[in-house]
Amino acid sequence: MRHLMSPLDFTVEELDRLFDLAGDIERNPEKYANKCERKKLATCFYEPSTRTRLSFEAAMYNLGGHVIGFSDAGSSSASKGESVSDTIRMISCYADICAMRHPKEGAPMVASTKSRIPVINAGDGGHQHPTQTLTDLLTIRSLKGQLNNFTIGLCGDLKFGRTVHSLIHALVRYDNIQFIFISPDELRIPDYVTDMLQEKGIPYKEVIRLEDVMGELDLLYMTRVQRERFFNEEDYVRLKDFYILNKEKMELAKPDMLVLHPLPRVNEISVEVDEDERAVYFKQVQYGVYVRMALILTLLELA
Amino acid sequence: MLNVGKIEEGFVLDHIKAGKSLSIYHHLQLDKLDCTVAIIKNAKSKKMGAKDILKVECDIDKLNLDILGFIDHNITVNVIKDGKIVAKKDLVLPKEIKNVIKCKNPRCITSIEQELPHIFVLTDSQKEIYRCKYCEEKYGEWE
Repeated sequence: MRHLMSPLDFTVEELDRLFDLAGDIERNPEKYANKCERKKLATCFYEPSTRTRLSFEAAMYNLGGHVIGFSDAGSSSASKGESVSDTIRMISCYADICAMRHPKEGAPMVASTKSRIPVINAGDGGHQHPTQTLTDLLTIRSLKGQLNNFTIGLCGDLKFGRTVHSLIHALVRYDNIQFIFISPDELRIPDYVTDMLQEKGIPYKEVIRLEDVMGELDLLYMTRVQRERFFNEEDYVRLKDFYILNKEKMELAKPDMLVLHPLPRVNEISVEVDEDERAVYFKQVQYGVYVRMALILTLLELA
Repeated sequence: MLNVGKIEEGFVLDHIKAGKSLSIYHHLQLDKLDCTVAIIKNAKSKKMGAKDILKVECDIDKLNLDILGFIDHNITVNVIKDGKIVAKKDLVLPKEIKNVIKCKNPRCITSIEQELPHIFVLTDSQKEIYRCKYCEEKYGEWE
């Protein structure tokens, strides 16, 4: 039995198979409409995340399966002090597969060690969010045709943004990728990430202004400055508007550059950019459903 | 000068940093072993000025010394059999450390999950970096 804790749990070859499956699901959804008949997905969300939870639920319903679960810790037995280990033992009796989001880092891993069903990490604090990374990779692969040979700019909160860290670790396994990190000094990419890139000989640079590098990018990954990652409100207010992507900046970009965003967007991308065909963040949401469908099928060995 | 006699079988842990012997005594869980232990504090040392020494009289298979590699790999471990030094054990960094150090990341699951062992995994042996098995926080990050 396999679980998914980190995007690196799958080899590049396994990811290729997963993305091929997701591609087939996209082209032939009816072929998969009953694959999970009589199967149940438990969504155990100890902190609210409507988007991720709905994506998992939509994925399971698209496969003809059922969904049970809870959407915040208050409505689960965690509020009575039940441990993650005990909860997953119970969930193992109710469902066939579990997607778990937890504010504490490593909680889904603890669950996986006690579970009798596959556990998917649906986000654990600031640590990992592997299905977001799989979504990002599938979006790039589907729209660019491959996961090699491009320059990607990552912009915004690069210090606390777990989606950014996960994506970088996943992308370094492909060939000829260059990174450009665009952030204010306070939210710079952590040293352990740049150390890793140096060690692997992967080119990267760090800049402060988005305008300066727009023309070099094949992909731009925008991120939100997340309120919940700050310890004080003042810092949040000061930094949140630092980088806003608008029409003028988009004019500096290549005609085939793609803009991705893990969403939700606050104001870092102007609404006017939505009409630009290079803005693919809503398509990305759709790919998120396909990749979760492919993942559920793979972990349930129904692929 | 204080004299502590020879041991027949067991270990002599030499060149322990002065003052550290008692914490090593606890890390090796010697309090749980039914054997003779001599803790010598502040012995004179040409190399170190002052040092601690631990003499443990026990079956040499009984004691797992892996943790010493993490605490201080400059400690000399003499293996004693029939009253003589039969080997000097090289200390290496253990691949995994269980319940010796605690993860101090307040966002880690170890901060709330009951009876969850604190496990650190050696992720870079050259830089001697240990990370929490659960949250992957580097040991020392929250010191």
